[in-house]
Amino acid sequence: MTLLEVENVVKQFAGHRALDGVSLTVPENSVYGLLGPNGAGKTTLIRIINCITAPDSGEVRLNGKRMTPEDIQHIGYLPEERGLYKKMKIGEQALYLAQLKGMTKADAKKALKYWFEKFEIQSWWDKKVEDLSKGMAQKVQFITTILHEPKLLIFDEPFSGFDPVNADLLKREILELRDKGATIIFSTHNMATVEDLCENISLVDKSKIVLQGNVDEIRASHATNTYLVKSAKKIEAAGFELKVVSQKNGIFESQIKKDEKETNNELLQRLMFQTEIIAFEEILPGMNDIFIKTVSK
Amino acid sequence: MSKISLIIKREYSTRVMKKSFILLTFLTPLLLVGMIALIVFLGQIKDDKIKKIIVVDKTKLYKEVLKNNESYIFQYSDEKLEDIKNRKEKKNEYVALLYISKDLRIDSTAAVLYSEKQVNLELKTYVSGLLNKYIEQQKLAAYNIPDLKEMVEKSNSNIDIKTIKWDENGKEKEGSAELALVIGMITAFIIYMFIVIYGAQVMSGVVQEKTNRIVEVVISSVKPFELMMGKIIGIAMVGLTQFLMWVVLTVGIMFGLSSAFAQNINLESVEKMQKMGQMGMQAAPASEMTASIQQLITAVNGLDYVQLIIMFILYFLGGYLLYASLFAAIGSAVDNETDTQQFSMPIMLPIIFAIYAGIFAAENPDGPLAFWCSIIPFTSPIVMMVRLPFDVPFWQIALSLSILVLSFIGTTWMAGKIYRTGILMYGKKVTWKEMWKWLKY
Repeated sequence: MTLLEVENVVKQFAGHRALDGVSLTVPENSVYGLLGPNGAGKTTLIRIINCITAPDSGEVRLNGKRMTPEDIQHIGYLPEERGLYKKMKIGEQALYLAQLKGMTKADAKKALKYWFEKFEIQSWWDKKVEDLSKGMAQKVQFITTILHEPKLLIFDEPFSGFDPVNADLLKREILELRDKGATIIFSTHNMATVEDLCENISLVDKSKIVLQGNVDEIRASHATNTYLVKSAKKIEAAGFELKVVSQKNGIFESQIKKDEKETNNELLQRLMFQTEIIAFEEILPGMNDIFIKTVSK
Repeated sequence: MSKISLIIKREYSTRVMKKSFILLTFLTPLLLVGMIALIVFLGQIKDDKIKKIIVVDKTKLYKEVLKNNESYIFQYSDEKLEDIKNRKEKKNEYVALLYISKDLRIDSTAAVLYSEKQVNLELKTYVSGLLNKYIEQQKLAAYNIPDLKEMVEKSNSNIDIKTIKWDENGKEKEGSAELALVIGMITAFIIYMFIVIYGAQVMSGVVQEKTNRIVEVVISSVKPFELMMGKIIGIAMVGLTQFLMWVVLTVGIMFGLSSAFAQNINLESVEKMQKMGQMGMQAAPASEMTASIQQLITAVNGLDYVQLIIMFILYFLGGYLLYASLFAAIGSAVDNETDTQQFSMPIMLPIIFAIYAGIFAAENPDGPLAFWCSIIPFTSPIVMMVRLPFDVPFWQIALSLSILVLSFIGTTWMAGKIYRTGILMYGKKVTWKEMWKWLKY
């Protein structure tokens, strides 16, 4: 089922067009990646979804209905430029932000208690932000984003500035939130996390969507007919390209690029005549390669 | 609780809880009262010490003229001036030496006060007052006209023009131009101070939210306009709180002090007044002094306080709202507080101009400058406060207030447009041209 639809959104700023006819569909209960180089228009798109800026034309629909500013209560948004009031105590601040999202004070307190315990940061309640490290502040920011249990979570570059430990924690939390029924959109430069987390992606470049769809399907469609073959003896090139050969503990590893018309079985048959085959696996291109290839086109 | 009231509450409570706010709020009245108390105190200890003045009177004419009082004792000496001057050992015993060389009727400059330190004004006034009076009487007596002294005293006049205002019903109100001037200038200056201080607070608050990067987090929950208005209203309440605390504390401390030392002070002031009366020509007699104080009190009572307070609050809020939203717009456009100076100058100029216009308006409250500056919204909150105690026609107040309200709605709307674009711009040097473009988004 579809949770969010963006249809033909155009946003013009003085001097340049930030978004030019962008459409995308985010299925419910999934993780959606928004990729693209700096300045492609990701943040503008995210701000339009959050009703922070209005599109010049096109519309955003939540659950099939046109979005209104009241709907942002159901969104948790972690902006790229994020911070907290430096002089305010952590607990007070988290309560304030939760109440702004429409939670009652009592509910917010209860939920905060749960999350502070989960992240083992109960002792921070009366500390000021200026006394915390950046990584600590990010944990607090993450909690305030998800506290009101929104249906839709939007993270703009969530991993930028996170240390590896917190980044890993964040990844696990994102998947856990999805398992509990939330839908997550995030923008990132980190392609490894896209492969780990996302079911679907949109690649935005120069204000337009240049690539869109299911991550596995995209990778398959960008397949280069390259295979990894492990064998007992060295393979000789015969009707196919042989790219890399390495030998480890008496096992030879080869990368083979076959002709497009040839099927896997035909290739295997030919290899079988040469030597004992231990493993045979297609090498799919990583999202990083696809990203660079698509954007530099 | 609605979102804007949450924002107002946060802005208000974080500011009111600040140590600097609490210190300033409580220390200012204490300082004020302390300063007044210090002046009164210093004035009192001065009187306690009796000072000796040696008189060397060559003419021997003025023996009876110089009377002792509780501050000064006059001691006559037949020694030569040089002998006293050169006598080292007893120098601390007197503060000054009065030397009269000739008959003062013939040479009015024949009396000289010698001393090691500068002779204070009080002593000089006292001595010259006594001598003048005596010479005057002698001169009058020389005319040989009976009862001349009484005639002159009767013809002596001390005119103080009363100002009485007629209100619409023909009722008379006793007014005082000086008091009107003082009240007008004080209220105008307070409004000026509050606009500048709290306007700057709005600006730095916006800049801080931007540099802390909290602003986008907040406006994902509330509209940028709500955030801006919440901040402006919250800070206005901080300003009003501080002002009211100052008034209450100052009045409270003064009241407490004066009731504690009431008898003391009354006695002192009565004595002082009598002393001033004795001093002769310069000061008015005690009875006239009390008369003019009474007149001042009736003039103070004659002011329309209810009108004044209502107008003060209206013009304070109007002026603050007009400027605060502009300050917020500036704050949203820049990246750090040092950049604000360049942009806040054009906003500060009309405020500074208004205080000068206010000073001129006090001299001529119904002149064209005063009139126009009390109608134009950028100067009216300050200039109208100066004019108000001089009685301004109702239609002018109504016109000025409605223009002010329309203008602050206008500037707030404009500022809101600049604000909502500005707060999302990072790391960009902004120009006026660019801000003008944001207005049209």
